[in-house]
Amino acid sequence: MSTSTSSSITFSRRSFIRTSSLASGGLLIGFNLFQACKPKAAPPIDISQLNFNDFNAFIKIADNGAVTIFSPNPEIGQGVKTSMPMIIAEELDVAWDNVFVQQGILDTNNYTRQVAGGSQSIRFGWDALRQTGATARQMLVNAAAAKWGVDASECTTSEGVITNAKGETLGYGDVVKEASALEVPEDVTLKEPKDYKIIGKDAGNVDIDKIITGKPLFGLDYKAEGMVYACVLRPPAFGKVLESYDDTEARAMPGVIDVVRIGAKAQSLFEEIPRLQNMIVASDKVAVVAKTTWEAMKAKKAIKATWTDGTPMESTEFQNEQLMGLLDGNTFETLRSDGDVKKAFAQADQTLERTYESPFLPHNCMEPMNFYANVTDEKIHLVGPIQTPEGTANFAAKMLGREATDVHLEMTRMGGGFGRRLYGDFVLEATEISDAIKKPVKMVSTREDDMSTGIYRPSIKYRIKASIKDGKVTGYHLKEASINTNMYGLIPNFFPAGAIENYQVDVANYDSNVTTGAWRAPYTNFLAYAEQSFFDELAELMEVDRIQLRLDLLQKVKGTTDERIQYDPERMEKVIKTAVEKSGWGTKSEGTYQGFVNYYCHNSHVAEVADVVIEDGKPVVKKITCVVDCGIVVNPLGALNQIEGGVIDGVGHSMYSDFAFEDGAPTTKNFDAYRLIRMKEAPLVETHFIKNELSPTGLGEPTLPPAGGAVANALKAATGKRIYQQPFIKNPELLQVPAKEILG
Amino acid sequence: MPTYQLKVNGESHTVEASEDTPVLWVLRDHMNLVGTKFGCGIAQCGACTIHLDGEAVRSCSLTMAQVEGKSLITIEGLSADGSHPVQQAWKEVDVPQCGYCQAGQIMTASAFLEKNPSPSSEEIKNAMHGNICRCASYNRIHKAVGIAAEKMS
Repeated sequence: MSTSTSSSITFSRRSFIRTSSLASGGLLIGFNLFQACKPKAAPPIDISQLNFNDFNAFIKIADNGAVTIFSPNPEIGQGVKTSMPMIIAEELDVAWDNVFVQQGILDTNNYTRQVAGGSQSIRFGWDALRQTGATARQMLVNAAAAKWGVDASECTTSEGVITNAKGETLGYGDVVKEASALEVPEDVTLKEPKDYKIIGKDAGNVDIDKIITGKPLFGLDYKAEGMVYACVLRPPAFGKVLESYDDTEARAMPGVIDVVRIGAKAQSLFEEIPRLQNMIVASDKVAVVAKTTWEAMKAKKAIKATWTDGTPMESTEFQNEQLMGLLDGNTFETLRSDGDVKKAFAQADQTLERTYESPFLPHNCMEPMNFYANVTDEKIHLVGPIQTPEGTANFAAKMLGREATDVHLEMTRMGGGFGRRLYGDFVLEATEISDAIKKPVKMVSTREDDMSTGIYRPSIKYRIKASIKDGKVTGYHLKEASINTNMYGLIPNFFPAGAIENYQVDVANYDSNVTTGAWRAPYTNFLAYAEQSFFDELAELMEVDRIQLRLDLLQKVKGTTDERIQYDPERMEKVIKTAVEKSGWGTKSEGTYQGFVNYYCHNSHVAEVADVVIEDGKPVVKKITCVVDCGIVVNPLGALNQIEGGVIDGVGHSMYSDFAFEDGAPTTKNFDAYRLIRMKEAPLVETHFIKNELSPTGLGEPTLPPAGGAVANALKAATGKRIYQQPFIKNPELLQVPAKEILG
Repeated sequence: MPTYQLKVNGESHTVEASEDTPVLWVLRDHMNLVGTKFGCGIAQCGACTIHLDGEAVRSCSLTMAQVEGKSLITIEGLSADGSHPVQQAWKEVDVPQCGYCQAGQIMTASAFLEKNPSPSSEEIKNAMHGNICRCASYNRIHKAVGIAAEKMS
């Protein structure tokens, strides 16, 4: 539920773990933000063992007053390298234009749990980052006050300058040396939101100049002295096992340095990560090492490998049968049960039951998986794009029987993550190769490698049944059939939990040898469409207004004492009403068909309206109006980018992206056959924020899940057809066009 | 192994590479021009877009034999300091999210605007349709191309 932004926070001195003078002059301040700020509630999303709040931040102030802020969390395009330092700079009270931002390295002594995932960096960093800036500011003020012989309370700050009551001034750089020797204040006062000068103002991406001029930024761009390149031949299908290989031809090719069998060392981690046992990423593989990337790629194709059948090889047809079998069966685990849905269905005037289906999805980060490793007796040097640097570094050390402290890991900017870079399988590959060949190596995957040996969003099916009695929704039963894992944590307590008297969420899965994992907004990325399509159809069956049905349901949740309920009905009501107003809902001229959706996930409330028109007999998604309540918006320019991207990503994957298996192997391996949304299909996204002074919540993910639902509901309005299957283009009514013909 | 003469960003270079080596990898591995990105390797995503005698081309699918003696411009050579109107428009609009595809987007846009300095909205969409942005920053790319056109006119 909502938490207000408190302006004064006390935290323990123990959390202020480091302040030191720099040899080069200036002050380095570090905080253990985890100790500084334990959240009252448990993290809302349990991506297994990940935590999001436990990191440290550094501020470096030079004698000349120049301020460097180290951004602790990995940057995957979600903008935290800009927005997290903005929060520190606000409370430090310096001019944003004078701040230099640097990516922190993995540093388990001073930062811990540096993770990008679950849209939680800003939410959990909010209090701690503000305290970091405010404490540093207070120490600088205290140092200046001591120098002047005045009381610190007489002093004010602005843009890095301290002023006393007489109007005398000192720059931060003038007092950093003294400040570093001072006691750390235990009580600091944080700014009121109305006084913000940086938070809430547009700030451009801190890496923009490097991006537009093509400077080395990404993992694939990293180079080191003596570095060689490796490409890895992995099993051609999930279920195949490497028996033997002939590398005679490959070894004779230009530039080829070595060919090594890898996998055995990663398999030593099976006890640590039991799920690895089923993973293609931990099977035996062949690494081809060459002087250049192209020579490695080419020689990989010349390896003649023999594969044997290990575990059963699945097809999409088989997977669909398994999932349908689960939905029809009785092996469910109940995640939440209110009242008695069976009784509600038995006593109903009417019931509605629908099944929704989704395919597997690969992540398709534009930067293919890659990592640099240099294993020496001295250390394990790792550089590259990774969302979970600490966990991955630990596994790399364990795999080689080394200490975690032997690992030096540097994070590069990432060419997309979307969940794929939570898994460090490619880091382990690079580490194992370097350990085998005793050279610094860059492991580079091709697009085909990425798409055909991925860690996919699993194919999922939902079956939803609702009962209507005396014009009211009396029962709601959601069943999930998934592969390997099910929805986790608090998702069963999202809308409409609490709004319907008899409510039940059941889940079941089967174990597959196809690797599955988190994909931007796990589970909700498909669930939102299923539920919100269902509500629309329910309103039609009940012959009630589809918006009013949603608002009526929310009434029941107001004032609830059920602490499990995650969403706030008042905030949800506000995004719904604002979306109705801003989208011109119900007032569009003939020829524009609208679809509505409201959703809560990643602690944010969102409503979206899709506008669809028919052009050349084909429905076209023209515009999405998106209303977001994510509390205080730290960087509106970056936030809008996340929202626009999330919405279009959601529209694209709902509409176009399909992925199938035959004999254990994906049938599409590159962008000639796999369809991602492109410019001409991208709708215009119009965003409206709900303005308030509540603490910031997630933004990288929550606008994606509702987009598919808004489009599906608008397509129903436009075509009269309900869609129960993603991608929507599979439905003949929507004129399926192959990817190749779409390319203009 | 054969050697090739080519002009990259105004400078002449001699490169030794097998004849089937894609220009992309020569730029990245041999010449250390890593601004040009690898995305798909089959000319479908546009991340590797460069200019070949002024035309936007996919460097992942061009061999050294095809570019011998020709003049190439990469993102590093589009301007000396990021001052090209397309680069400036990208900065003004703050287009990138992850940023990986943006060099290719900028190279496609800059070649397009040389040919069509005052494009319509639809023409911009058609021109940029071949470049995938996985973060889906398409609204901003569209806007930035429009602003760049104004700057160039």
